[in-house]
Amino acid sequence: MVRRSPPTSRIELLQGTLDLIILQTLRWGPAHGFGIMKMIQSQSSNTLQVETGSLYPALQRLLRQRVIAAEWSVSASNRRIRIYRLTAKGRERLAAERSQWKRLTEVMAALMQRPASDEP
Amino acid sequence: MRIGGWLAWRRARETDDLNEELGAHLDMAMAERIARGESPHDAKLNARRDFGNPGLAQELARDQWSVVGRWIEQASQDARFAARTFRRAPAFTAITIATIALGIGASASIFSVVNSVLLRPLPYPHAEQLVRLEDDYLATGARDVGMSTPEWRDLQRSGAFSAISPTWFDNNNLTGQAHPERVGLLIVAPNYFSLLGVQPQLGSVFDRNDPTPGFNGQVVISDGLWKRAFGSDSTVLGRVVQLDSDSYRIVGVMPPGFQAPERASGARGTEVWPAMGFAGNPITTWAQRSPLFPGAIARVRDGLSIADAQRRVDALVETLRHQYPADYPATIDWRVRLVPLRDYILGDVRQPLLFLFGAVGLVLLIACTSVANLLLIRATARSRELAVRQAMGSGPSRLMRQLLTESVLLSLVGGALGVAIAYAARGSILHWVPDSVAQLNAVTMDWRVVLVAFGLSLVAGVLFGLAPMAQVRRLDLTNVLKQEGRATTGSGDQQRTRRALVVAEFAVSLTLMVAAALLVRSFRELLNAPLGFDPHGVTVVRTRLPYPNDSTEDLYPNAGAEAPLLREIIRRGSALGGVREVAVGSGAAVPLDHPEQDQAVLRLVLDRRASANNGDNTPVWTTASEVTPEYFHLLRIPLVRGRLFTSFDTDSSPLVAVVNESMARQYWPHVDAIGQRVKTSPRATQWTTIIGIVGDTRSDSVTAPRHPQIYASLYQRQGKHLAIFVRGQVETGAIERNLREQVQAINAALPVFGARSLDETVTASLSPRRFAMMMIAAFAAVALGLASLGIYGVVSFMVTERGQEIGVRVALGAQRSDVLRLVMRQGVEVALIGAGVGLVGALAAARVMAGILYGVRAWDPWTFTAVTAGLVSVAIVACYLPARRALRVDPLLAMRG
Repeated sequence: MVRRSPPTSRIELLQGTLDLIILQTLRWGPAHGFGIMKMIQSQSSNTLQVETGSLYPALQRLLRQRVIAAEWSVSASNRRIRIYRLTAKGRERLAAERSQWKRLTEVMAALMQRPASDEP
Repeated sequence: MRIGGWLAWRRARETDDLNEELGAHLDMAMAERIARGESPHDAKLNARRDFGNPGLAQELARDQWSVVGRWIEQASQDARFAARTFRRAPAFTAITIATIALGIGASASIFSVVNSVLLRPLPYPHAEQLVRLEDDYLATGARDVGMSTPEWRDLQRSGAFSAISPTWFDNNNLTGQAHPERVGLLIVAPNYFSLLGVQPQLGSVFDRNDPTPGFNGQVVISDGLWKRAFGSDSTVLGRVVQLDSDSYRIVGVMPPGFQAPERASGARGTEVWPAMGFAGNPITTWAQRSPLFPGAIARVRDGLSIADAQRRVDALVETLRHQYPADYPATIDWRVRLVPLRDYILGDVRQPLLFLFGAVGLVLLIACTSVANLLLIRATARSRELAVRQAMGSGPSRLMRQLLTESVLLSLVGGALGVAIAYAARGSILHWVPDSVAQLNAVTMDWRVVLVAFGLSLVAGVLFGLAPMAQVRRLDLTNVLKQEGRATTGSGDQQRTRRALVVAEFAVSLTLMVAAALLVRSFRELLNAPLGFDPHGVTVVRTRLPYPNDSTEDLYPNAGAEAPLLREIIRRGSALGGVREVAVGSGAAVPLDHPEQDQAVLRLVLDRRASANNGDNTPVWTTASEVTPEYFHLLRIPLVRGRLFTSFDTDSSPLVAVVNESMARQYWPHVDAIGQRVKTSPRATQWTTIIGIVGDTRSDSVTAPRHPQIYASLYQRQGKHLAIFVRGQVETGAIERNLREQVQAINAALPVFGARSLDETVTASLSPRRFAMMMIAAFAAVALGLASLGIYGVVSFMVTERGQEIGVRVALGAQRSDVLRLVMRQGVEVALIGAGVGLVGALAAARVMAGILYGVRAWDPWTFTAVTAGLVSVAIVACYLPARRALRVDPLLAMRG
């Protein structure tokens, strides 16, 4: 899904998180595919790198679920580009998934803080 | 394929869009790299490398399909794949499709008849309000005896009906146009057409309130007659035609396809409708309360159900019985029954037709079972292919869908072929359907038939697709794949399913075969039944004396005036070549063929002296015919006691009658019938003396051996519808021509028509039975064939499956007989279980059939035993053929395998 990078600097995305990240990114406004990719990169300080091979299928998937919508526009370099934006349904989904994500990270954090006795 | 084309186009557009989007992405990535300082060349290479998979767009486009689109695509893929597999297995495909086509074709054919005859309403507005009124004398067992004018008038005042019209069918000589011809005419009341709610295509119908007591001088004619006799001339209105010796004016022409709603096919083909008030010339006895016209049709008043109307009629009948005790003595129990018009027309067709429909349903069931079995066998043979496909990643649901697609495809092709068969066979089906399967609606294939056929095949396809699917779910990959190269066969489960299917096939086959055997035996019994008369070599030709409306114009007003004509017909007829004997009788004297207008039911009054019969004047009802003295000898009806008519019994001598044995036994059980006296109607003044007793004849129906019958002399009681009986070596066409010549030499106005051999009449009276018998026998044969095929399949697969085991047994010294027994036991077992289950079904079917059987008990042990034995022996042969292969198993090859 996401390029396997040196473990130190980059994190492998959990399955399903990409959708959430795309929705979160689109919260700031419509964007095209390349823009979404760049924003994810810069917001994660280059820790997360999304491949086109994952991004576009995810976009198609989200389109089918009607949480995002797309329309054609023309770029500065005069090329036809597809601009994606959140739909109302997408906003609801994002809100729901964010709270869920928050709970998950809290639980994970709590779990990880316990001393692991069986670790070498 | 248009869907395929549309899909391809949609996909191409999606791919273009995605390519464009991804191209823009690449451009932007490149621009960014250049902005960061990379050379354009490096930027391009790196951007490409980062980008990864160049086929992404196509992949995405495929993924992007909506669920339905993908489903359609997969379905068409499945269908294409299925078509390929079918091409690889032509024998299997052909047998399967043929089986389905046979089942669906047979069902669709029968359903098209059921649909037209039983389901579609009569072609009149609010046909559900239309009824036929039938008068019964319940206590005497006489049904539908006819109605009188006073009764008709009373019923009209009962408030139960908006209109009632008597209908009285007759034949007439139509002149006044190019060629004189015989036409069927239905004498009706002026309100007849408005009662039915039909309009003429030309002119008008009668004024429904016309008060003329006799004929009003107007006729409405059929479209057929208008075209045939008047060349579709639109000036036909107002033309005067002669019916017999009377003139009528044509006032209207009915539209094409209009038929009179009558039961008898002759009456349905009515071409002329005269109207009368049934209360004047030429009917002189109209005021009497004794049956005059054969019956009436009526429309129940708006807002009343038929049951409501029946209650009102019952109340009226009750009142009338009190009012006229002499006409309606309690001993005859007069009733008026309302019969829905459609039921009346259908007569006793409904039951045999539903019975046929049930039988064809069983055939369809067998066809489905066979196909399920075939598919199951095939799935077993393909289990390796299925396992490989599953191992390569096809999910079970995908595989099941593939199998389902195959079976649905097969059944739809079979269904289409079946509809085609039914369509092609619709002519011959009609040919087999006897005339008595009355239908005002033509038997046609309408959308309902096609819908039912396709619905059936679709349901069948899904149902028998389920059997192999259950197998896929249990597919054990490792096991199947491990059996490299070796023939794979069904597990125990599959064998069980297959055997259960064959058991079902045998059960249904046995049921059908027993039904067929019972019908065939009934039919044979009927063919061999002693008729009581000898039809061989007898030809009947008909004539009819005119019945002028003005009785003073009648050339033959009574028996005395008719006698010279009769004698002359017999004299001239006897002189014709090849003719040995000639007799004349009334229409009712023709055995097994008396159209409604010839039916003569006499209301006899027995003499008081015949104290054996309660000592009162109880009227009894009996069929009567008038004959000349030669009649009994010509038909070889034996005289039991007393004497027959002689030439001395004339209109000037005392009235005499001959009765049959049944009548003598029934009405004079304790005294000698000879010498007893009866009156031929309650108002008759003269007594008629019984002079002789003759043997019973099955003249009413071949199935009715004992039927009271009284014969009068035609020289004493005249008849206007005459039948000329000729015994000798004559050809029907020639004798009709010759007799016409002779009769018209006596009176040129007399028509001579309807020559038919008595043998043919007897055969025709059995044709509804022959129809049912042939159909059921054909169904049973198909069922047996399919069941045999099923058991053949089961055994031959078992032989393949256990080839190795058999080889080992042979190597260890098993005898041929041991091997044969081993293999055949299973098949025969299946057949026996099937036969056992089938016996239960057959017993039930036989109970339902009891009413249409003759000369054989429904639970006839002989039939049941013989059919079961036959079925089991066919099963044994079907098992033996594949079992022989087991004998040829080479132990070496089998064990090495």
